[in-house]
Amino acid sequence: MSWIVIQQSIPIFAKAFWITLRLSLYGIIGSIIVGIIVSLISYFKVPVAKRIGDIYIELFRNTPLLIQLFFIYYALPEVGFKISAEVSGVVGLTLLGGSYMAEAFLGGFNGVEKVQVENGKAIGLSNAQLARYVILPQGILTSIPAIAANVIFLIKETSIFTVIAIPELTNTALDQIGMYYHTDESLFILVIAYAIILIPLSILLTWLERRTRRVAFGN
Amino acid sequence: MSHSGINIFFEGSNFVRLLHGLLVSAEIAFVAIILGAILGIILGALRTTKSRIVRFILRIYLEFFRIVPTVVLLFLFYYILPKNFNLNLSAEVVATLVFALWMAAEMSDIVRSGLISVPKHQTDAGKAIGLNPVQLFRYITLPQSLKLMIPATINLTSRVIKTTSLLLLISVMDVINVGQQIIEANQQQYQNGAFWVYGLIFILYFILCYPLSLWEKHMARKEAAIQNG
Repeated sequence: MSWIVIQQSIPIFAKAFWITLRLSLYGIIGSIIVGIIVSLISYFKVPVAKRIGDIYIELFRNTPLLIQLFFIYYALPEVGFKISAEVSGVVGLTLLGGSYMAEAFLGGFNGVEKVQVENGKAIGLSNAQLARYVILPQGILTSIPAIAANVIFLIKETSIFTVIAIPELTNTALDQIGMYYHTDESLFILVIAYAIILIPLSILLTWLERRTRRVAFGN
Repeated sequence: MSHSGINIFFEGSNFVRLLHGLLVSAEIAFVAIILGAILGIILGALRTTKSRIVRFILRIYLEFFRIVPTVVLLFLFYYILPKNFNLNLSAEVVATLVFALWMAAEMSDIVRSGLISVPKHQTDAGKAIGLNPVQLFRYITLPQSLKLMIPATINLTSRVIKTTSLLLLISVMDVINVGQQIIEANQQQYQNGAFWVYGLIFILYFILCYPLSLWEKHMARKEAAIQNG
């Protein structure tokens, strides 16, 4: 392993680092939005829409991201939907993440005590008001650890973007290995780069889990 | 183009080749799950011991496999084992090894949290009626923690199966790699080959993983029913 090679490679990896972060962020925000919508539909048992939501969750939770991306990026253009690699990546990550987030939110919503919901109904709240003032504030709190775990999972999944040639971290490392045989150096930087993003998040997750337990059980 | 794209599966032995590729993925997943589960149970039990050093080392092992994406783990082993350790393994063996070690890491955490969840009064009661440590484990700790471990283990198994989609990256002839070859070989005749082939592989993975998801939910519900009386 050569330190000079590592030093020289840092700028190109820094660029890739930001791409990984940026696409992760888009994907995570998209996943949370999709997740909240699908979980609320499921919670309020909206006819037909709940069915579609359930099918969506099962389809995307039970298939790998790689094949989802291949389908979006290579197969959809053949039937008339052509989108760029980056957009395909974010759409794939959002669809995958949305199905995981929906389960996480639903777990939290179902944890909200029945009495709370019944009281809300008794004072004449509409479903939208119930969601806004009763279910979301209480439910999201208990689903925070699951959401944080999903965030870590989604960031790791961006490494699969390499298969549709998005120049994120993993793709950049493979490029460096392929072009210059800088195998050890590239893999070393790659592991460090993921560690920089994920170790703080992992520590945050542990802390959140402890906090939420205290909120839920008061100890 | 008047004929339907679905015919791409009936050209030559395309469909059989795809299924053969799926078998390669399934074999790697199966061996990795069995090896990983055995190692994971041992490591999980070790993580409940009093030795701080053992616990620390196993924690580092878990965190490493948890933080590094599986794609990167595959490349680490694929490139570094032959280059720096002079160990020339086939891509299939490297993949099995990586998946087994990853499964073991995650499994150790499931086993550990299952074991420590058994209330202390249960083991105390066991000791009071004169059970030895082996009996204590066999009749008190194991049966009570097993119920908690089963849904999480099924979920992990499903994750390993989905991760076999990455085999393509280290040139294993898995179902996706075969699919790519079929799409390229039939490009002239079937312009929408990718749609059908990737669509089928998507469905194949779903068929493998959906029953596991149903089983996991069933077991989790059963466990919740016992807990709530």
